[in-house]
Amino acid sequence: MALTRRTLLVGGALLVGIGLPRPARAAAPTGSLPAAPRIDAWIRLGEDGAATVLTGKAELGQGIKTALIQVAAEELGLDPASVHLVTADTELTPNEGYTAGSHSMQDSATAIRLAAAAARALLAEAAGRRLGLPPESLTVADGAVAAPDGMRLPFGELVQEVDLEAEVPATTPLRDPATYTMVGRPLPRVDIPGKVAGAASYVQDIRAPGMVHARILRPPRPGARLVALEAESVAARSGVIRVHRDGDFVAVLAEREYAAVTALRALARVAVWQGGTVVPEPDALFSDLAGRKAERTVIHEAGAGTPVPAGRRLTAQYRRRYQMHGSIGPSCAVAEFDGSRLTVWSHAQGMFPLRKALAEMLALPEDQVRCIHVEGSGCYGHNGADDAAGDAALLARALPGRPVRVQYTREQEHLWEPYGGAMLTEASAVLGPDGRIADWDYSVRSPTHLTRPPGAGQLLSARMLEKPFRAPPPKALPQPEGGGDRNAIPLYRLPRARVAHDFVTDMPLRVSALRSLGAYMNVFSIESFLDELAEAAGADPVAFRLAHLDDPRARAVIEAAAERFGWGRTLQRGHGAGFAFARYKNLAAYCALAVEVAVARESGRVRLVRAQGAVDAGQIVNPHGIRDQIEGGIIQAMSWSLFEAVAHDAEGPTSRDWSTYPIARFPDIPERLDVHLIDRPGAPFLGAGEVAQGPTAAALANAIRQAAGVRLRELPMRPELVKAGIGV
Amino acid sequence: MPTLTVNGRAQAVAAEPETPLLYVLRDEFGLNGAKFGCGLGQCGACTVEVEGRAVLSCLTPIGLLEGRPVTTVEGLGTPENPGPLQAAFIAENAAQCGYCIAGMVMRAYALLRNNPHPGEAEIRDALRLNLCRCGTHMRILAAVRRAAGREPAATGATP
Repeated sequence: MALTRRTLLVGGALLVGIGLPRPARAAAPTGSLPAAPRIDAWIRLGEDGAATVLTGKAELGQGIKTALIQVAAEELGLDPASVHLVTADTELTPNEGYTAGSHSMQDSATAIRLAAAAARALLAEAAGRRLGLPPESLTVADGAVAAPDGMRLPFGELVQEVDLEAEVPATTPLRDPATYTMVGRPLPRVDIPGKVAGAASYVQDIRAPGMVHARILRPPRPGARLVALEAESVAARSGVIRVHRDGDFVAVLAEREYAAVTALRALARVAVWQGGTVVPEPDALFSDLAGRKAERTVIHEAGAGTPVPAGRRLTAQYRRRYQMHGSIGPSCAVAEFDGSRLTVWSHAQGMFPLRKALAEMLALPEDQVRCIHVEGSGCYGHNGADDAAGDAALLARALPGRPVRVQYTREQEHLWEPYGGAMLTEASAVLGPDGRIADWDYSVRSPTHLTRPPGAGQLLSARMLEKPFRAPPPKALPQPEGGGDRNAIPLYRLPRARVAHDFVTDMPLRVSALRSLGAYMNVFSIESFLDELAEAAGADPVAFRLAHLDDPRARAVIEAAAERFGWGRTLQRGHGAGFAFARYKNLAAYCALAVEVAVARESGRVRLVRAQGAVDAGQIVNPHGIRDQIEGGIIQAMSWSLFEAVAHDAEGPTSRDWSTYPIARFPDIPERLDVHLIDRPGAPFLGAGEVAQGPTAAALANAIRQAAGVRLRELPMRPELVKAGIGV
Repeated sequence: MPTLTVNGRAQAVAAEPETPLLYVLRDEFGLNGAKFGCGLGQCGACTVEVEGRAVLSCLTPIGLLEGRPVTTVEGLGTPENPGPLQAAFIAENAAQCGYCIAGMVMRAYALLRNNPHPGEAEIRDALRLNLCRCGTHMRILAAVRRAAGREPAATGATP
């Protein structure tokens, strides 16, 4: 992959810095537009009639490139092949923060749609001036403005006459969804042909002239200090450029990659480490968590003035162990320092926050640091990507003029990534005489789910330097999106309810954002508890949910999933069906899920046999894109929920590879997996990338209950828990 | 200096015989298809084909490969002109991040060379050594079925 810097000529448009802030807009959704209100922050047009679209979001494997191209092509009236997309780059694109929280469609696609519509309106006006016709009489399609008599003016001829520096007007007319020809279609993913044929697609594939290969030496356990390092023999090895040390941050730099691999092994043999943090033993994990200092916030309260109603009270506690992102490709980054400017190519989720962290760590002005997103292996949240970028930046500064490529080992990615935190929830409810929930009390105890940059102290190696940076104190993410309390407030009609978030400020293992944050655990807890209540009420779980739901879109996905699954049909012996529902963050996509599992009583092994999802993500841009996110979410969450817990002992994590942290393989994959999509033409885009995580966990637990008579309240639901429940 | 034949191209390689094939493919031949995933033979991201067998290039020393032609995903076609198996993966949208995909393609390629019409169980069994973290399994299975000339997948999105 060739590196292009500072200027980038795409589709005939020279891209340079963009945008100025202006007052916020109101009314219809505007996505990220208020932060970058100019048309050319998002859309550029070339003399060749092609468009360049700029997004501050990044392709993480979720298919965002394809969907954004579709949205721009639709509003512009241009073939998607003539739309070139530039993703997150601190020098070229708008600052859209992190690519996280299922926000890309809501934020970026909404802004791009408005900017593209504004550009289209200007093209029509320019053509109207030329032709002496009112713009409303003209059609914009296929890269040209056409008059009623068939006269066509291609975009390329009009480019000089449109001012894309203008701001997107508040009243930009959008195309009528009924006329869509591109949005809503399963346009094939633009990046797959390259990926199946070995094109340079990833940061791992960058080969810059003069590039050196680096490997990082990590301590054998968290918190250990380096007390001795006799590195001369390693530095003298053939092909090794140098061993770099700054405090406890140690790396070896070599001309060829395999020389760096073998040099790291040699380096590990001559390093002497001492001490380390103490981690509670796995058996003490939950008692330790329950005893940790926490800040309580009541995030929802309803009917507080009314007396506690009469009825039968049920209570339950749920647990979730540490789980990891487990990217298939260990993190990688490339950085180059020319003596004054630093350029970093990274697969992290936020190029602008990363730039801030790197500038702070290296004491450089932010405008002397450029971060460019290049795809990596799927991350599913905050994995090792930012840390690798930090390491590459440190080493590039130490070796000016030569691009440095840092590649983590499998063990480093497994042991040092920030995990999804262990969590505890408690649910208590009163079932009234009418069989409805009369009182609800719920609390979630959770560590932070956000330890990402922009703080330099969030970069792993920055904490190990001679002059170390400290991690800033964790903060809870506020509602309505929430962090540990994401989806802790049920969408169900609950006349009397109280929901509290106990934010644990200090955790023994490093934690951060893992796909869906606390929603995975909260939806598991709430949707498991709903089934426990339905069972106590003698009600069907689907009917019980519907009896507590008013939102017609919520009801629609539940009814669709139940009907298509064949809910209520008799299953074979040893099999069970389970149901669950959530609206992600209570404000993004809706997802209902029905699953069938088979439980082997002797081994305790649970197999997902089939699953039927139903999803409402508002206006669908690419049905295959949403389907793939839901399918992937179900399979990944099935793997988390049945197999995955970070193993650790008193010295730290011991899940160092795929044998000590097994994940789902092909024999674990269901026989059938169907996703029903409910399209809402013209409705706002609703992020769908994380919505399946929680429902999958709960639907599995509910199906295991039906199949084997066991109620499991701990994630993962491993065979030993199943067997203990059955009593075999 | 060992000579390796990769995708029909023979090249003398400036590397020790114990060097794993993966590093030679990426650094000497400049190929991107085979990926570093674990270096332990646990994930299959580095899978290539040698004499009809799927081989983990991260564990295979080049010293064992003289006179034994290696095929990587680059040998099956190009992005503009993909081979039939690659075309099946494209048609089924069989990648999310795609980091595992070249390994999946090569595992499937070795399977289909030996067994052009595998059954469902045979496909799943062959792919069990390759990990995918995005959960693209249903698409990957559909792609291999398509390449094997079998019925379209019993799975999908309904409008």
